[in-house]
Amino acid sequence: MKPHRGQPLYLAFLLHRLSGLGLALFLPFHFYVLGLALEGNAALDEALNWTAAPMFKIAEFGLVFLLAVHFFGGLRLLALENLPWTDRHKNYAAAAVAASFFVACGFLLRAF
Amino acid sequence: MVELRLYLAQRISAAIMAPLVLLHLGVMIYAIQGGLSADEILARTRGSSFWGGAYGLFVLAAAVHATIGLRNIMREWWQMTGPLLNGLSWIFGVGLLVAGLRAVVAVVGTA
Amino acid sequence: MTGSVLDAITVSVWRGNARQGGFEDFQVPQQPSQTILDVVTWIQRHLDASLSYRFACRVGMCGSCAMMVNGIPRWTCRTHVNKVMQDNRLSIEPLRNLPVIKDLACDMSEFFEKWKRAEGHFGGKDSRTQPVAAISPTNSARQAAAAAIECINCAICYSACDVVAWNSDYLGPAALNRAWSLQNDSRDRRQAERLLAVSSAGGCLQCHSQAGCATYCPNELNPTASIAGLKHLAAVGFLQKKSRDRHG
Repeated sequence: MKPHRGQPLYLAFLLHRLSGLGLALFLPFHFYVLGLALEGNAALDEALNWTAAPMFKIAEFGLVFLLAVHFFGGLRLLALENLPWTDRHKNYAAAAVAASFFVACGFLLRAF
Repeated sequence: MVELRLYLAQRISAAIMAPLVLLHLGVMIYAIQGGLSADEILARTRGSSFWGGAYGLFVLAAAVHATIGLRNIMREWWQMTGPLLNGLSWIFGVGLLVAGLRAVVAVVGTA
Repeated sequence: MTGSVLDAITVSVWRGNARQGGFEDFQVPQQPSQTILDVVTWIQRHLDASLSYRFACRVGMCGSCAMMVNGIPRWTCRTHVNKVMQDNRLSIEPLRNLPVIKDLACDMSEFFEKWKRAEGHFGGKDSRTQPVAAISPTNSARQAAAAAIECINCAICYSACDVVAWNSDYLGPAALNRAWSLQNDSRDRRQAERLLAVSSAGGCLQCHSQAGCATYCPNELNPTASIAGLKHLAAVGFLQKKSRDRHG
């Protein structure tokens, strides 16, 4: 990574962009699976059976993290663009990652 | 001025989604215990105007928000411009909206 | 003088022009309190008189000596070798995001063009016959302008910014920072056209708050904050106008 990209708010930008991209690419797949309910409960269940696999639960943990981190990071950006400037944005960015990890772990603990 | 409208659409859709994301995260963490099953999910959503409204709004806002975000990436990282950039963006946005609303109908509908 | 002899530094200097170029290595003796500008000057005087570079005040006031040092844009006259050197190696390149004229000297034209495009100049209505405008130092707009005013156009922020690298239309942190300071100048009468200029394509809306500008500005300015302020002005301006248009 180029040296000028190693600083906290750049990493926060990168995380926000990559989490958004990941979610955007996941959504069509998500909508397809949910759409299976049009064919009845059994059709949806067949797809949901895949989600019982441990690897799948780890993947879902990742997705929950992406959603949470994009959400918390997004709140930080809405604050940045509409509230008076604060020098605490590095702290808020770090807090967003921590909170997202906490939320995703909550999911993981209930998934297993 | 296009750029300002897109910027505002993305921020406003984000603000609309904020409570919906919290709701969705909550539902996911609640529902995952004991595994996912169609019966459990659909029992909650079928015939529910609340979930229909919430997820319908979520899909609409997400389609706007994701499309504008993706457009930024296509322009900045993949150096796309003009008709290709806007054309692909429209295709993705409309596609996501249609697929999303179809999914809402699928889980909320009682046909 | 006691102490061991300092090892020579291997300095990779970018040589070339707008069409082509590459790194050339030089061995430069280390000296106490040596700056990167000292290193470049030593090379040009003792090793290769054809090396082209730019400097003026050499005391951190003019910004002319800005170059990429180990991939980071810096004022070379204010960058001490012992603070940035790694394993006795240095790399020195012309500023990023600007066309190269020759070696370490870049073409600043587009930087100043964008300054003008952002309407980065003051336009008041008073003349010398009117009394001096009374603006309190505690006035919040005055303080916002003061926090952004010390820009000396060195283009370090412009070089640090990835949005500038990705989007040739983007006005860049310096031009937008100046626009913000002028929007906060209560004597200025060009706010409407300036707000339009900075919130169109290539304007403040393109910033992703990566904050490279604020991290590397030697004058400790914060264009990220200034641009955030412009975004808010643009959004509020648009929504207020929509409301006025609807309600007459």
